[in-house]
Amino acid sequence: MIIILFGVFLLALLVITALAIVRTDSLFAAVILTGIFSLLMAANFFLLDAADVALTEAAIGAGISTVLFLGALALTGEQERGGSKSRLLALGVVTVTTLIVIYATFDKPRFGDPDAPVHQHVGPWYLEKTPELIDIPNAVTAVLASFRGYDTLGEVFVVFTAGIGVLFLLSARPAGRPEDFQASKVPHQGLRHYLVPRVVGRMLIPFIFLFGLYVQFHGDYGPGGGFQAGAIVAASIILYALLEGEAQALRALPMRVLKWLVAGGALLYGAVGVASMLLGSNFLDYSVLASDPIAGQHIGIILIELGVGITVTGVLLCVFHAFAARDKV
Amino acid sequence: MIIDILSWVLLSLGGAFVFIGGLGALRMPNLYTRMHAASLTDTMGAVLILGGIMLQAGLTLATIKLAAILLFLLLTSPTASNALASAAILSGLQPKEGPVRPREKAE
Repeated sequence: MIIILFGVFLLALLVITALAIVRTDSLFAAVILTGIFSLLMAANFFLLDAADVALTEAAIGAGISTVLFLGALALTGEQERGGSKSRLLALGVVTVTTLIVIYATFDKPRFGDPDAPVHQHVGPWYLEKTPELIDIPNAVTAVLASFRGYDTLGEVFVVFTAGIGVLFLLSARPAGRPEDFQASKVPHQGLRHYLVPRVVGRMLIPFIFLFGLYVQFHGDYGPGGGFQAGAIVAASIILYALLEGEAQALRALPMRVLKWLVAGGALLYGAVGVASMLLGSNFLDYSVLASDPIAGQHIGIILIELGVGITVTGVLLCVFHAFAARDKV
Repeated sequence: MIIDILSWVLLSLGGAFVFIGGLGALRMPNLYTRMHAASLTDTMGAVLILGGIMLQAGLTLATIKLAAILLFLLLTSPTASNALASAAILSGLQPKEGPVRPREKAE
């Protein structure tokens, strides 16, 4: 009962935040509010016992996308341009959509209903077979990495493609712009004037990195996995870039290394699939990777999660650097 | 029993601090005083509430995790407040000295 009340409270806060995002003219405030929105959403996911999703939402939604939005804001203005005139049309579209969505909810099962189709389809089978076939405590990881390995491979390639797309779009320089604009920048950027954040940030970066590795390799046992870990590791390096300046971060992890990471993670994932084919089984069937099928599953899951983590880290850092390297238009 | 009472005292005190902080963030006259109120929430409020939860959890792994969270918050929240104040100063917002009328909203 209290959980439901709390959920309703959080959802009400979500609606308020969404309205505030729509109402505000300052894009800066809107970006911060989106971060708050994601954090509330993460709390909501956590209430629904979806710790893995909550972790992803908190790391990517509240953390990294806020930084990326701020990077985009640094390239554009802080104020919204004057709104469009067709307010009535927008109102009409929103009203109709809302009515349709509300109408659709009449068909939905009750909240937490065990007879809901989603709990009846393949879910019970996964929960029943995970201890027997894969034997890891976190059934989410088992489903994500093994039973639904194809889907996750697809997701990794979506992230990979998105990264390539952003690099293509943002690396294009306007005509007549000197190529070596990077050199004209001051060598020392970052938070030079902010001593306390720099010191504390430097102190925290190793622990954030360590936590990322923990989330990466503990994904079989608790909430976590490649997506979350990739975001956390990327966050620690982005924090470094914010503190010490982007050039310093690029010196530690140059762009060509990042591009290798982006491709390498996806390749590692695919290679695990090919390896299982070469060993005489289906694509992404990890059971043949070791003499014991369950040990094979463990090896396969660790490897593909590592691939996911590497690609996510690489893509997020590439996108961040692509934003940071651009001059103000 | 005593631990329970103590933990509830801590939790209510923490709640009170969060409430005061929120009130201050809304009602204080200018940025620096508002920030002062808001930083109350994430230092005193967080410490007391996490302390209360730790007493509830007893000597378990959860307490150690809560202690880690507490340490993290104690490092990051004052840092964030400091960064915010420095950013305000650097962007040219001078703190006002002397008495400020309660209704005056510094822009």
